[in-house]
Amino acid sequence: MTQPVLELRNVNKSFGPIDVLHDINLTVKAGEVLCLLGDNGAGKSTLIKTLAGVHKPTTGEIWMDGEQVSFEKPKDAADRGIATVHQFGGTFPLMSIGRSFFVGVEPVKKIGPFKIFDRKTANETAVKAVQEFGITRIDDGDRLIGGLSGGERQSLAIARAVHFGARVLILDEPTAALGVKQSSHVLRIILEARKRGLAVIFITHQVTHAMAVGDHFAVLIRGAVAANFMRGEKTREEITDLMAGGEALASLDTELEGYMETHEGHPPQPVA
Amino acid sequence: MASASQTLAAGPGGRRAGSALGQLARRPEAGSFLGMVAVFAFFAVFAGQVFLSPAGFASWLNVAAEIGIVALPVGLLMIAGELDLSVGAVIPAASLTVAVISGHYGLPESVGILAALGVGMAVGAANGFLVTRTEVPSLIVSIGMMFAVMGLTLGFSVLLTGSTSTGIVPSETSKFLLGQFIGGMFQVTIFWWILIAAVFAYVLHVSPFGNWIYALGGDRVSARNAGIPTERLTIQLFMMSGFCAAFVGVSQAMVYQSAQVAGGQSFIFNSIMCTVIGGVLLTGGFGSIVGVVFGTITFAVVNQGIYFTSFDPNLGSVIIGALLLLAVIMNDTFRQLALSYTKKKG
Repeated sequence: MTQPVLELRNVNKSFGPIDVLHDINLTVKAGEVLCLLGDNGAGKSTLIKTLAGVHKPTTGEIWMDGEQVSFEKPKDAADRGIATVHQFGGTFPLMSIGRSFFVGVEPVKKIGPFKIFDRKTANETAVKAVQEFGITRIDDGDRLIGGLSGGERQSLAIARAVHFGARVLILDEPTAALGVKQSSHVLRIILEARKRGLAVIFITHQVTHAMAVGDHFAVLIRGAVAANFMRGEKTREEITDLMAGGEALASLDTELEGYMETHEGHPPQPVA
Repeated sequence: MASASQTLAAGPGGRRAGSALGQLARRPEAGSFLGMVAVFAFFAVFAGQVFLSPAGFASWLNVAAEIGIVALPVGLLMIAGELDLSVGAVIPAASLTVAVISGHYGLPESVGILAALGVGMAVGAANGFLVTRTEVPSLIVSIGMMFAVMGLTLGFSVLLTGSTSTGIVPSETSKFLLGQFIGGMFQVTIFWWILIAAVFAYVLHVSPFGNWIYALGGDRVSARNAGIPTERLTIQLFMMSGFCAAFVGVSQAMVYQSAQVAGGQSFIFNSIMCTVIGGVLLTGGFGSIVGVVFGTITFAVVNQGIYFTSFDPNLGSVIIGALLLLAVIMNDTFRQLALSYTKKKG
């Protein structure tokens, strides 16, 4: 049996009198995609922030590679190889690809006493890293992040995390703001990251996207893990119903998605 | 330009020559360069021969140098997403510090100068500390600091010397380094401005430090998560602007051989104006040192050039106001160009 890379044991988190997470138990192994599903307000973002070292669990333990860990600040989690990629990917829209790729870890040439930011190396490394993930349209490291499409930004952010030795990749709704085609790029990159042996935690509320790449699923409802199952154990409809708290939304969801696929991603106009 | 040719060599062969020009248009200083050329041409036509003579150049270069030395660190702070209005109070404070210590009390000038620069850096450190600790916007913090420093300057000046102005007779060395007029008209400050601009250009564009400054202005939280010591960097940047403002204060004391409590207020908005005309984004994350230099020159040319024309000098302020608005609009356009740029289409 392989040891999980990251494991949560009975993690609780409360902010003052408000309990946000109840007894969360989750494991994710190397080369596995864990899909974390849940509606808005289910505690997904608190859970991510706890994993990323932004919050400390009120009670409970976090284990990595069979060893208990405690993150005082985001840097501690990052040093352990936990990388979080947020919804909009690159957060420095006015920086070039090469520059933002190396924020905080700039490659440096030394000329006498002067340290020089090695722009050429930075650009080449960044472009190479993202092209290895199959995004060949990015070929100039001087382009500004803000000029990339949403999918390209996500891909760049993921490539960056992998380049800097991430072992656990936390993706916070990477496809939420993207169209159908852009989303499929990001999903392909998730599969590529899995192939390279990363443990991926994929947060989403789009069941189709989760089912396309997930090995292992956990549904979060009101701060607790309501279901925890492997690929193929549940159907798409069952998962959607679970997320909505048992209401039969599955058929509506299918209807909507069917509509959106034939109407270039636009939801139907409400009937007046 | 070395960097431009490098990119050309790295790119696929057979690129059109126009792409080099296009690349220039996407730089933060593109708009300010055009503005500078336009303003210069305007005054070359309307201000006549005197404007183009060495004396004409000296008149705006002297003004540009003093504002420029303050505008550079203010620009750096703005790129990092902060504002510093306290520079307007630091200039007279530093002026008086050196005048009181070395003029009134007759202590060695080195002591006075060091103390004045120290005052500037201390004010900067206080600004930076308050901004990082309280998370109150730096606009508010530095306005508060400005009033506090102004009050303290007045209070100490009256307390120690019984007057609001103090004279100082600079030594030969100080006069040579800070207060002389080269050729009888070019202030030596111009060379200090060039030197400081070169240092800042190195910091922002060449050293890895510059990357931190851009990241800080782009997104403070992400920058901190990426391991950048954001608080230390912010405090250092504020100290740098305090230092530069104090430097201008000291050199003013050496040029005019006296220091007054009032004065320096004009630097507050003028320095911000120069940086914004120079293509720095008011909310941070975008800008360049060359741009700030261009913006400063543009500002100084309008400010001084108007006196060489037959127009009412009050029109100068109108032109500067219009220029500022125009500059922001133009810079937005150029920034959109930079964002939408893709190599395939370009």
